[in-house]
Parts: sequence; C-alpha cells; structure tokens
Amino acid sequence: MGLEAATLSALRQRIAAIEAAGEVARPSAARLVAVDRGDVDAQLGGGLACGAMHEFYPAAAGDQAAADGFAALLAFACAPPGMPVVWIRQEQAMREGGELHADGLAALGIDPARLVLVRLRHAVSVLRAGIEVARSTAVGAALIEPWGSPKELDLTTQRRLVLAAEASGVTLFLLRPAAEPAPGSAETRWTVRAAPARALAMNAPGHPTFDLTLLRHRHGPSGGPWRLEWSRDESRFNPAPLWRDPLSLPRFRPAAPPAAGAVPRSAGHDAAPDRREGQGRDAHRRAGSGGA
Amino acid sequence: MRIAAPDPAALECGLTPGLALAEARARIADPAIADFDSAADDQLMERLADGCDRYTPLVARRGGNELVLDLTGVAALFGGEKALLRDALGRLARAGFTAHGAIAGASETARALARTGQPRIVAPGDETASVRDLPVAALELEPHEILALTRAGLKTIADLLERPRAPLAARFGSQIVTRLDQLTAAAEHPISPRRPVAALLVERIFFEPIVRTEDIAATLRFLAEDLGWRLEARGEGGRGFEASFYRVDGAVRRIAVATTRPSRDPRALMRLFAERLDALSDPLDAGFGFDLVRLGAYRTEAIAAVQRDLDGTDEDEGALFELIDQLGARFGTAPILRFLRDDTHMPERRSRLVPAIRFADGAPSKAEDAAGEPPLPGEPPLRPLTLLDPPEPVEALAEVPDGPPFQFRWRRALHRIAHAEGPERIAPEWWRMAHDPRAENAAATTRDYYRVEDETGRRFWLYREGLYESANTQPRWYMHGLFA
Repeated sequence: MGLEAATLSALRQRIAAIEAAGEVARPSAARLVAVDRGDVDAQLGGGLACGAMHEFYPAAAGDQAAADGFAALLAFACAPPGMPVVWIRQEQAMREGGELHADGLAALGIDPARLVLVRLRHAVSVLRAGIEVARSTAVGAALIEPWGSPKELDLTTQRRLVLAAEASGVTLFLLRPAAEPAPGSAETRWTVRAAPARALAMNAPGHPTFDLTLLRHRHGPSGGPWRLEWSRDESRFNPAPLWRDPLSLPRFRPAAPPAAGAVPRSAGHDAAPDRREGQGRDAHRRAGSGGA
Repeated sequence: MRIAAPDPAALECGLTPGLALAEARARIADPAIADFDSAADDQLMERLADGCDRYTPLVARRGGNELVLDLTGVAALFGGEKALLRDALGRLARAGFTAHGAIAGASETARALARTGQPRIVAPGDETASVRDLPVAALELEPHEILALTRAGLKTIADLLERPRAPLAARFGSQIVTRLDQLTAAAEHPISPRRPVAALLVERIFFEPIVRTEDIAATLRFLAEDLGWRLEARGEGGRGFEASFYRVDGAVRRIAVATTRPSRDPRALMRLFAERLDALSDPLDAGFGFDLVRLGAYRTEAIAAVQRDLDGTDEDEGALFELIDQLGARFGTAPILRFLRDDTHMPERRSRLVPAIRFADGAPSKAEDAAGEPPLPGEPPLRPLTLLDPPEPVEALAEVPDGPPFQFRWRRALHRIAHAEGPERIAPEWWRMAHDPRAENAAATTRDYYRVEDETGRRFWLYREGLYESANTQPRWYMHGLFA
C-alpha cells in the first residue's frame, strides 16, 4: 500500500513538472487582442493571444458558416494592419459550406483584398500548406480549415503548427468543420453556434450573433457560454443577452394575434401560427429560467 | 483490315501500305501483326522531339513522322553541322529507330532531301542544285496533281525549274510555284516550334552523365546563379522558369516554376525548385543519368535594382509574394487565389477568385472596392459570407405572391423562419442572355432574394426564381448563401 502511494505521488510530481514546463511556454510578451472587452476577455486573461493557435468547432453541422465567420473576424483583428491573411480550405469544406464571397466579407468589415485563399483537395496538403504559412513572416494570421478529423492532424502536427506560430508570430485559427472536439495543442478551443440575432425593424434579421463556449484554455479556466454580436461600425464584438429579453419578445411575434388578417393564403401554412405560439411560450419559459 | 506501316523486312517481301491483311497473309506465312495505334505513335514522336530539344529550342513536328529543327547559330556548339547530324542520327539509331536526316538552308529543302534517305548537308546557295534530281513527288502535292505532272512528261524538279513559271501556274495551279520556291529556298517556310522559346537559356553538358541527387541540385544551383547574373546584366527578371533534364536515353524531364514578380535571385529560385522536387513522388528518375541540364527564363520583365536594408530585412510585400510562389511551386499556382471584383451585379459573378500569381503589383481589388458603395452605418450584412455554387434547390412554403418563406427544407433538415427581409430583386443580365441557353424566359430567371433567420439563429440567403403570377412556370426556391 505504502509503496503504491509513494509511486503515485512520484508520478503526480512528474506530471506536475511536465505541466509546469508546458505552462511556461506561453510567451509573456504575447500580444493580446481584445475580443469583447468584457467577460470573454476577462476569462482569457486580457484577450486572445497572438502568435498562438486557436481552434474553433461549429457546434453543429449547420454552424460552419458561423464558426468560419467568427474565426475570420478574429483573424483579421489579430493580423497587424495591412498584413495579409491566408485562408487554407479543404475543397470538401467549400462544397459543404460554400465558397467565400467578397461582398460578404466586405459586409462584415473585412477587406477582401487582404485575403489570400488556398483551396486544396486533401487534408494533408492543407496541413502542409498550413505549416508553411505559419512559418512565414509575411502573413498576419492564417485560417486552416481541414474537413473532419484527418488522421494527419495528430498531436505532432498540431505541435508543429503551434511552434511555427510562436516562432513567426502568425496567429493560427484551426477551423474544424465536421469534427468532434478532441484534445490538442491549441491555446484555446471554442465551439461556435449561430445565435438568434436581435431583429431589426420590419422583422429583418439582425447583426451577426454568435454563441461561444470556451472548451479549453491552456492558461486559464474554460468558460461560457457567451453571446456576442458583431458590430461592423465599431469593428468589435459586443456582448448580447444570452437569452431573449422578455421585453423584446413581442418584436419576434406578429403584432396582432394570428387569428384573422395575417393567415397566409396557402392552405399548407395553417400550422404556422400554432407553432409560433408554442415557440413564444417556450421562449418565455426559457427566459424565466434564465432570470431565476 | 489493311496494312498501315510495314517494317523494312515486310517491304522487301512486297507488303506495301494499304495492302489488305488477308492478302499479306496469303503471301507470307504468319506475319507479325500489331494494331495500329496512332496515339502511341504520336506520343513517341513527342518524346523524340523532346529529345531533340537538346540541339535547339526550335523544334517543330511535320506530318506524322518528321521533325524539323532550326539550327541557326547552334551547329558550332556541337562541332559543326556534320557532327551534329551524325550525333542526332546516331542517338536515334542506338534507340532502335531508322532515321534519315539532312541539313539545308530551308526547312522544305532539308525535308525533301531527308526523305531520299541519304544524309546530306547542303552548303548555302546550293539548295536549287541539290533538289534538281528529285522526283516531282517531292513537291508534296495532291496525288492527282503529281499524276498530271508525270503525264505531261515532267518527271523531276529540274524539268519544272527549266520551264517558264506563268504557264506552269496556269496549267497546274499556283500551288506548284509556291512549293517550288519553298523547295529551292527561294521562299521561306517558317516552322512553328512546339514549345515556347526561352528568353534566356543557360545549360551544362556533361561528358559523364550525372545521376546523384546532390549533383543535380548543385548543377541547378550553378545554372541559377549563371542565369541570375545574365538577367541582372540585362536589368530583367523572369516570371517563369523551366529546368529541363536530358537523359542519356532521350527522355526529358521538365520542372517549371512561376513567380509572382520578376525574379532573378538564385536562392529564391532554388527554394522554388527544391519545393517542386520535394513534391514529386518520383523525383526525376535519373535512370542512366542526365548528360545535359538546362535552365531557361521565360517571360522576362524589367526590374529595378532594389537596395536592401542593411540588416537584410525589407518589410515589404515581397515576403508575401515569396510565400505565394513557394505555395505555388508545391501545390500548383491554380489553388492560390485572391479576390477580383467584377463589374456586374450578379452576386455569383461579382467576386471572382483568380490565381494570386497574376497579381504582381499588390492588392488586386482595392480600386474596385473604393468604387463599390460602402455599407450604411447600422446596416447588417446584406450579402452572405459564403455562396453555394451552384445554388441548391430547397422546398419552401411561402406567402404568395412575393412574401418570404415560412419554412423550408434544405439538405433534409427543416428550418422554420423567425425573421426575414426581402425581396431584393436581382434581374438577370439581359445582355448576356444570348449566350446563356438557360435564360430563355426573362421572368423565369428573375430572382427575388430574401435574408432569413431560422429559429435557431442561422442566417441564410434564399431566392425565388420566377414569379407566382406567371402561369406557365412554377417558381422554385434556392439556397444561395450562408451568413455568418
């Protein structure tokens, strides 16, 4: 018994020593980029570290565009002004999620002229190109987007990416569409989900809104969820209420009870008003529990 | 089935091209027969032509089995025309080919003489005399024209040369005069080289073929430095480079790299070539060795000499171009892309991705960006982050005639819509419709776009093609883009 305990404590000490050695690796002079100047930054200890690798998982298959957009906004925030950003995508990710659109990037406040897009067939090429870009001093930030969980994206490759990023100062954003969160070498690991935006006038969809969860942070506790809204005019994320504000609920619903006027003419839509009722109740309940 | 190409032994037995196979079998017991494969023949000729690149960059193919080499100014490098001809025919003979060759001041003269089977070198000015004794078939006219000439008693070129031109042309057509002029070197018949001609070419010939990878790399480095000096002396840089390795057995390996900006830095060139050599699964395959290595600069452009910072670091865009070139050398230049803005309102054509290597002078779409209208303050993104190409059909339920959808099914998932904005009508470009077979009906291709958000917060860009009012076509819904 005593021997086992001694072995155990010895092993624990070794693990602690290894972990300590790992912790030191964070360069104290790393530039931090503010995400929301609020809760998220506080959790990150001041902001997102540049010259490191950050990993982003879409919360579900349909959230790829949200994860891509969120990471791209951060990438352009991390890149020093005027420095180009390289986005390396596997073709499969493009087939599933669509090709990047210059007007859409500009609509988010990103200058498409600063983006260099690399489109490759195989995951191994994506990772190779990623390491090459991570070593370059000409690039401000890089987004690396392999599809799924290729076996080449093992811990060794991730470590090489991290080391290259630390040496060159390029901030890496590893996008993981169609992958399950798994341990790795990234500085931070996030899940991103598209969140309902605060609707604008005339029930129009609002500004890009994201639900974030910090799954892992190498130099601090994980946290979340948070809801952030991107403001292009201010070039920053603003905290948004995580659950729908009960006061704003009527804006999401038809002004009049859906009895007479607003019923759609098509016969197939009779179910719609009921559904909306249900959704409203549901939202009420959630709002109640969120406040409690 | 008929005989297409008999070998010399078969010719001796009287088997001529065009003879029926059954007849040949009747004459000779069990002849060796293989199917005629013109594609393989063509490939073989291409390989032989590649091998002839060692003599001159101007190699052209004529007909099925002829190669024309422009030797202007290069014969001296190979010890004179006679030695060159012997070397070329010797190489082909060693590879198992029966080849004939001739050198003359005009390509047509040389071809006509080569077909006689005697290796001949015609001194300048002797072209007319050299072709006098050839039969009129050397003119390569249509068979019935040759027949007409022989029936008229004109058997050799000399017979034609002695006659006055005008009656000849009147009787047998003007073509005969042109051909006569070409044959006697009185008229030029320019050859069309198979490959682009390098602006600048450096090479190294080895007496003992080199095989080792290190030797090959060292040779390439030597050539890159040589080329760099020569380019610098001309105040130019190359944007495309090609290294060719000539194997002893006639096979040629080529590696090409391209650069975004004109370049002449040997180290940068070597990095690109090393990248390419690494990427090859079968690096070069030296076989019995290379006896000639050549490095050419294609598409040279003037560059101004740059003064570097004292510490050797210049923080300009050059580093990005170097990265683009390096990625291009490894993955090909096609997948490295930048955005180019096109002057059109069709969303899928507005943002075009073009290879980054074409932009030597920095950001491609800055000027166009300035021209485009900036988004209004407080306006949400009106265009999606990504576009699906092609747009994917969805099943949607919508309010008629032009309301937004209530719900839609895309990729088998049902989305209920919480917020929507639209329609934003984007009409087709009628000036393109003549070229687009799909766009017969203008109403059917008018698109009404809606920005929608479903209950879970995902934002989509949907459009309805066609209108509900038009009786003949049912409107269809498509998913065109995804918002962040």
